[in-house]
Amino acid sequence: MKKISIGALAVSSTLLSPIAAYAETEVHFWHAFTGRLGELVAAQVEDFNTSQDKYTVVQSHKGNYSETLNAGIAAFRAGEQPQILMVFEVGTATMMAAKGATRPVYEVMAASGAEFDQDAYIGAVKGYYTSTDGDMLSLPFNASTPVLWVNRDAFKAAGVDPDTDLSTWQNVDKTLTALKAGGSDCPLVTAWQSWIHLENFSAYHDVPFASKDNGFSGLDTELQVNGDAQIAHLTAMGQWAKDGKFIYTGRRNEGGANFRAGECALFTESSAGYAGIKSEAKFAFDVRPLPYWEGVGNAPQNTIIGGASLWVMEGHEEEEYKGAGEFLSYLSSSDVQAKWHQDTGYLPITAEASAATKASGFYEENVGTEVAVIQMTAKAPTANSNGLRLGSFDQIRGIIDEELEAIWSGDKSAKDAMDSVVTRGNPLLRRFEQANR
Amino acid sequence: MTLPTSKPQKNPAAGMVEKRGLGIWLSHAIMILGVLIVFFPIWLAFVASTVSQPEIVSPPMPLLPGDQFFINYKKALLAGINVPVGTMLTNSLIMAIGIAIGKIIISLLSAFAIVYFRFPGKKIFFWLIFITLMLPVEVRIVPTYEIIAGFGMLNSYGGLIFPLIASATATFLFRQFFMTVPDELAEAARVDGAKPLRFFWDILIPMSRTNIAALFVILFIYGWNQYLWPLLITTDPEMNTIVMGIKQMFPSGDDVADWPVIMATSILAMIPPVIVVISMQKLFIRGLVDSEK
Amino acid sequence: MEKRVFFKGWLLPLLLIAPQILVSAVFFFYPAGQAVWQSLFIPDPFGLSMQYVGLGNFKYLLSDPYYRASFFTTGLFSILVTLVSMIPALFLAIVADRLIKGAGTYRTMLIWPYAVAPAIAGVLWLFMFNTRVGVVSWYLGNLGYDWNHVLNGSEAMGLVVVSSAWGRISYNFLFFFAALQSVPKSIVDAAAIDGARFWRRFWTIVLPLLSPTTFFLLVVNVVYAFFETFGVIHTITSGGPQQSTTILVYKVFADGFVGQDLGSSAAQSVILLVVVGALTVFQFKYIERRVHY
Repeated sequence: MKKISIGALAVSSTLLSPIAAYAETEVHFWHAFTGRLGELVAAQVEDFNTSQDKYTVVQSHKGNYSETLNAGIAAFRAGEQPQILMVFEVGTATMMAAKGATRPVYEVMAASGAEFDQDAYIGAVKGYYTSTDGDMLSLPFNASTPVLWVNRDAFKAAGVDPDTDLSTWQNVDKTLTALKAGGSDCPLVTAWQSWIHLENFSAYHDVPFASKDNGFSGLDTELQVNGDAQIAHLTAMGQWAKDGKFIYTGRRNEGGANFRAGECALFTESSAGYAGIKSEAKFAFDVRPLPYWEGVGNAPQNTIIGGASLWVMEGHEEEEYKGAGEFLSYLSSSDVQAKWHQDTGYLPITAEASAATKASGFYEENVGTEVAVIQMTAKAPTANSNGLRLGSFDQIRGIIDEELEAIWSGDKSAKDAMDSVVTRGNPLLRRFEQANR
Repeated sequence: MTLPTSKPQKNPAAGMVEKRGLGIWLSHAIMILGVLIVFFPIWLAFVASTVSQPEIVSPPMPLLPGDQFFINYKKALLAGINVPVGTMLTNSLIMAIGIAIGKIIISLLSAFAIVYFRFPGKKIFFWLIFITLMLPVEVRIVPTYEIIAGFGMLNSYGGLIFPLIASATATFLFRQFFMTVPDELAEAARVDGAKPLRFFWDILIPMSRTNIAALFVILFIYGWNQYLWPLLITTDPEMNTIVMGIKQMFPSGDDVADWPVIMATSILAMIPPVIVVISMQKLFIRGLVDSEK
Repeated sequence: MEKRVFFKGWLLPLLLIAPQILVSAVFFFYPAGQAVWQSLFIPDPFGLSMQYVGLGNFKYLLSDPYYRASFFTTGLFSILVTLVSMIPALFLAIVADRLIKGAGTYRTMLIWPYAVAPAIAGVLWLFMFNTRVGVVSWYLGNLGYDWNHVLNGSEAMGLVVVSSAWGRISYNFLFFFAALQSVPKSIVDAAAIDGARFWRRFWTIVLPLLSPTTFFLLVVNVVYAFFETFGVIHTITSGGPQQSTTILVYKVFADGFVGQDLGSSAAQSVILLVVVGALTVFQFKYIERRVHY
């Protein structure tokens, strides 16, 4: 049994310790990437490992974002946590509240002596993960924002001009009707419905998602998604679903497969869809800014980031933290960031990387890839567009997904669904508040 | 406690009396239809495991086996999707056999103690054992998980096996059986001055052979088919069992599932239990019907 | 109780019973007690602190319409699984019972689904009804019916019910068949000679004689539907859409291990404990009666 072998291992490792000191310190990195993104991450890790010989980063993929976070939490409870854990943005509140489980990134970097300058990171990107004192608690890794993807060939096939202005939802509405009339089976499809059509929608139109500055200024926050603007938008989408103009394919990124296969004309999805779409799509495509409702709120404000950041977990050796620091510093370096941004469509996290990409002429060559950057940085964020910091948010997103599905299937009106989200979600926020008093 | 199990009688007056020609053909037809319907999902899975992915992804898929049998099964066994199916089969085998044998051994011992001895606390122990019949593992998963984690037994065979042999169903069953063993045998052994363990080993165990075998089959299936518990305590794909590992073979992103490999894995996952059940059919059915648990 | 022969000594039996007690204590009683204890707290997900809330978790659960709905869902699901698995099984058993030759072969074929783990059954049925590649959903589409169990709650429920009941048809068939085979031929023949026709004989004589078996199977199938179907739900619907297939045991898992709300999960375990305890007491009262048949 394992216990016996652990004992034997312990004995033999002490005998070997002079030799062990020469072995490389391992830094475990758990993430949620597969496919193309997984390959790129593996390449980065490989690169880091070969560039020096003190530390070895061991990367492993643990499932999707939720599964990775849960795996990390379960591992922590069992004493088997990795040094670096990728946590998606909605898990931020959970990680921030767990003071004994995580070690703030700025502390890790300071202790490791690796290169680190908090001001070098783009404000809109790091804001989600920064404490109220301005210290970075986790390192933004892959930040993206939703944009509108256009299948030009599908437009032509349905007899609609692919250069139609799609900057407002009003225009999109008319276009969807035209596409459907022209024979398109799938005029509009979306990914990450809650993130794009509720969370980002609220920020983009400068209306609150939750009280207390979307949770930034207090744990006693309450949901406010049943505002007029959100209900109006979801009512419109519900009508599109009924008319067959909006096809619902799933809560996460199931729609990506449909779009990349050329079945759909319009796709609201993260700018990071670029990696997959570029490699798989056999049609001409455009990237446009996310549409907004003309005349509603303060639109267009700025959109918020989605994606994940890297957290360092407590309970490890000093040497391992040094290694983690070195790796994080490596990931933030301008070359690595610029390449990552250009390969994936994720936003560059440092101003330097952004400038380098611009200078290299990348944006001219790849039209549309700058859309995401502009959309995020055009205006200074307001209290409603800094991001979200809500506890149990993965579960709340689950509730939102369920209620949205009720709207698409015609079971509920948008108002009833959003009221239901508030009624169901607030108790979870209260429980989170209670657990973290 | 037992249902009288007589063999199917072979004389013409058996069953429900009339056996006219048309009735027989109709009965056979109904049974064949029933078997076909019940078997269809298995058949379809088998066909899917022998064709290539493109054939499945553009429905309708063929309903007769294709020619990719060796390619798909080899791919499944040696590479799998996140871990080779061969590894998962091994893990399942170890877990199922461990549970079956472990449970049989400790329950034979404790049933023997309860039935043939008087000792302090006997009544308490008996009731404690009785209570464990009541709660399947699903009701105590969270704290059991933490105990296993505390022992450092996550991702280990011990962690897979021990919590599943904790309930005393087998002890109870053997107790019921031992109660039906004629007193004279034990009396004779005692009079002969034989030690209790002699009696246990030379007489009781051989008498229990069929019950042990039947129980082995049932426990093997029970262990092999475990899902929730292995799901929770294995974080390392290398320790996946084949039944719980199947869900992880579905992609979590928006990629298309590798259906031929998944279906091949499903077929492989059901083969060992089917072999065990079919080859020990008579024994198994008797054990099932007799034990009613 | 019969007079029993007892061997001398108390040390030996204590040693014999020790393994069982040890395993049960560590992996059963301690976790069960922990579950009760934990249900009074709200722990933080990382296990770093706990807030005492007394009965707060229970109040929260009982006022949560989705938890209450889960009771209803579980009840509906159990009843449907029981009906869908017992009626075809009874029908096939009756037909098989009329045959002299071949019953054994049919029985061998019909046993297969029993050996298939519920989770694997889930994968097989999911494959047939998958919205993109499923054979059955494709044919339904051709007939004009747009099958989508991802969005439609009733279809999702139907699919998980059928997947769960499929494997139980074998189990129920075995019991019904054995019971029918043991109906005293003399009684049935006498009624036939008296002129009673097949269905009349069935309703007035055979069915009442089957009632112990039927009743037993009812209870066993309900318990199966409560717990062992976790694998089916997890592989096909993950409790969706909109929690329409979230049975109680699934919610314990979802809230505890996915939602990281361990206080709520522990409280749910305690409630399940009470429910199952009641069911088991009920079942044992019945078994006690059985002994005298």
